[in-house]
Amino acid sequence: MTSVRVPPVLRVHVDGQKEVAASGGTVGEILNDLVARHPGLGEQLLKADGSLHRFVNVYLNGQDVRYLAVLDTPVTDSDALIILPAMAGGA
Amino acid sequence: MSAFSSLIDAIGRTPMVELQRFNPNPRVRMLAKLEGQNPTGSVKDRVARYMIDGLESEGRLSPGSIILEPSSGNTGISLAMIARIRGYNVTIVMPDNVTRERRQLLEMYGAQVIDSVGSLGSNGAIALARQMAADEPRYVMPDQYANPMNALAHYETTAPEIIADCPEVDVFVAGLGTGGTLMGVGRRLREHNPSVRIVAAEPMPGEQVQGLRSLDEGFVPEILDATALDGRFLVTTEESIEAMRRLTATEAIFAGVSSGGVLAVASRLAEQMETGTVVALLADGGWKYLSEDLWRRDPTDDELEALNLW
Repeated sequence: MTSVRVPPVLRVHVDGQKEVAASGGTVGEILNDLVARHPGLGEQLLKADGSLHRFVNVYLNGQDVRYLAVLDTPVTDSDALIILPAMAGGA
Repeated sequence: MSAFSSLIDAIGRTPMVELQRFNPNPRVRMLAKLEGQNPTGSVKDRVARYMIDGLESEGRLSPGSIILEPSSGNTGISLAMIARIRGYNVTIVMPDNVTRERRQLLEMYGAQVIDSVGSLGSNGAIALARQMAADEPRYVMPDQYANPMNALAHYETTAPEIIADCPEVDVFVAGLGTGGTLMGVGRRLREHNPSVRIVAAEPMPGEQVQGLRSLDEGFVPEILDATALDGRFLVTTEESIEAMRRLTATEAIFAGVSSGGVLAVASRLAEQMETGTVVALLADGGWKYLSEDLWRRDPTDDELEALNLW
């Protein structure tokens, strides 16, 4: 199982937990497993075509997976995933 | 060099300094561009000048106009400095959880400050400023998150300076706020060397500044083309502060928290490189963070979750 950090805006869908566990060998498998365990996350994380929601960023060990292999990025149990909403940076 | 006709003409031409002691990998060169050396102490002087020049050339500003902008500090301070010289009024919408120096500097330059809800982060400031501009036609909003002049300032000034001082740059790292630095510098550096890597460092937002009610309130700056980046790394506030302190300790460079974050990412990349040159853009000096005493004292967990330090 890989640990996945859930942002405050999505915690209502995971019984208020800050971190949840999910299994899978890729980012996409893990997100789909998360949705299977917590169906409320479904339309929040992924679009109907299965791609990442525009306002969702997923980081593998701190690196945005859109610059890796996106949903096909390999993940091991020792990796950490962080989900964050897209927000404006300070400026 | 002759005298400048005003402080506005003293913007840019900032120093590039090699970080020989901070750099974790002796096979790689690491350099920092010190944007804290700009007149108000941040890279945003470049952006503010381009945006105000742009509004003037479109005929949208006249004496007494009110410039309205959402800002966590730096852009607001830069706009206020230039507006003092050019004769405009400035109103800045700023989250209420930023360091106090930002409000002090804005007020010193004569700007009016309107608080936005800190727990909504910059999203809250942008939404409030855009609503105010829609409701009140006297406001003229540069809108740094959507204004192409933001990136153009970096394409025409920051990037040519980097190329002049360090033509061998292989990796460029900057903080992600509006995306203006990464877009403008990135486009110019790619024209210079198509294999250059453009990497964003972004802050891990504290739990208490992610007050979105739903994902639909998410925000991607209009000027940010995510496909123009080669990588995007999250840095925690702790990592940023650690690197910021180490920079002061090893190189005697006094920079802000986002600069620490950028250098934490630059260090991660440098450690993985066999050879090459990394250039990090340090957006501001440490002055506006002194009140938090971050060089001597570790912030509490509550402060880390609630403060807005980028």
